[in-house]
Amino acid sequence: MSTLAHKLAGSVAIVGVGTAGCGHAAGHTDLEILSQAAYAAVHDAGLQMRDIDGLATANLSSAMWPLNVVEYLGIRPSFVEGTNIGGSAFISHILPAAHALTSGQCDAVLVCYGSTQRSSTMARREKGAARSLLDPSPYEAPYKPFNPASGYAMMAARHMHQYGTTRRQLAEVAVAARGWAQLNPEAFARAPLTIEQVLEAPVIFDPFSALDCCLVTDGAAAFVMVRADRAKDLAQRPVDVLSCATATWHRQVSGMDDLTVTPAVESGAKAFEAAGLRPSDIDVVQLYDAFTINTILFLEDLGFCAKGEGGSFVEDGAIAPGGRLPTNTNGGGLSCVHPNMYGAFAVVEAVRQLRGQCGERQVAGARRALVHGNGGIPAASQATAILSVAG
Amino acid sequence: MSSTSPAPGVDAQYQTSLESGTFVIQHCQRCGRYVFQPRQHCPHCDSINLVWHRPSGLGTVYSATAVRLKGNAPYNVSLVDLDEGVRMMSRVEGISCDAVRIGMRVRASVSGIGTDALVVFHPIGDSA
Repeated sequence: MSTLAHKLAGSVAIVGVGTAGCGHAAGHTDLEILSQAAYAAVHDAGLQMRDIDGLATANLSSAMWPLNVVEYLGIRPSFVEGTNIGGSAFISHILPAAHALTSGQCDAVLVCYGSTQRSSTMARREKGAARSLLDPSPYEAPYKPFNPASGYAMMAARHMHQYGTTRRQLAEVAVAARGWAQLNPEAFARAPLTIEQVLEAPVIFDPFSALDCCLVTDGAAAFVMVRADRAKDLAQRPVDVLSCATATWHRQVSGMDDLTVTPAVESGAKAFEAAGLRPSDIDVVQLYDAFTINTILFLEDLGFCAKGEGGSFVEDGAIAPGGRLPTNTNGGGLSCVHPNMYGAFAVVEAVRQLRGQCGERQVAGARRALVHGNGGIPAASQATAILSVAG
Repeated sequence: MSSTSPAPGVDAQYQTSLESGTFVIQHCQRCGRYVFQPRQHCPHCDSINLVWHRPSGLGTVYSATAVRLKGNAPYNVSLVDLDEGVRMMSRVEGISCDAVRIGMRVRASVSGIGTDALVVFHPIGDSA
């Protein structure tokens, strides 16, 4: 591990968070709800938009998205980060943002995302087709994989084949996420859900039913980072960034060496080493659950259980409200919000938990959170951050 | 300016071969490993000395799914590991998508003609 990562530990803090348009934001554009979330995060911190001199953002449609955001928010940042490695972006952005802050390149970084993919008047099918044309995949596209579901479905099938993981264990993940969502007024899917309902739903991408797949919602999320010494003087109790690490291994599912092992083994090990912590030190976990298998794979790859034991780990409500490892406490991408790229929402929920602002779903005494982002098709990029109550 | 055009890239060479009915992968002349998808240099040893090779066509299903979209017949999407040690996306034909199994032995063939030419697999031996 680089000494630089150690030096960053605790030197920057997240001081403002905001969300907007979660669920259904009919009549709004991506930029409008992104701007609302950004405004909420900046003012949550006790700052003004003019205080923002660093920006990290990305989206799936615009190749120069940071410029759209700069113009719309009316800021002129001296640090701009627009790297798009999928939904793990926003978590991966934390490390370059920390470098920019500690080097003095800037003083306050806004990380933000917004999408109205659910309610957008332009059809999702047309956007998907346009993206395929712009980013061809000639060795996979002719077989008509239904991305991203097919890739994750094949990961699940392989995990089931190799380790005996069952559809019932996958269903445990969906039911746990719904249990948390029922405690979260901001969550989109809050109707009661049982394991039997998940198992009885029609299979659409073997072994997945629709209830194994994340939601398709609108939503925007944003957070603000400053150096830890300045954080003390702002409006909220700061949340320190102890570490952040990113790993990228491939682009396509056919380029993935082992469908049961994701780059989270690398990002997680680096993040834990830099923070000087172990999985048993973590009080609350936010994992990017694009599909039910993701949660199981990441619990294994991040070291919360051994490889192959993720299925049994999640049984009997272990990650649900009241379970031994509170996981995806907002309801996750499966039941809370999933507007294409989820990474920023995981950060916002972790910060709210560490501040003790989560009402019914608050994890009592939560002091350290792990936030983990998944990106690409499938699980091609992974980013892990460890956050802590300041001091 | 040269009067001869440079040789086309490896993607175009692969496609030309496929359209003539021949499935090829690359073989690294330095480290001996096989490469797919086609590359400009060997991702294992950095050699640029990659030559085209006709694989045995034999492989094993590494993972598989069935895509069941409304209004469409369900179809298989598979990842196949060729005996040469490379993985590719493809589909297993000749059996129901419900019958495709991880570990099934399969053989490659080129399906379709012209620009529709595509490598697909059929079960062999005990798997058939």
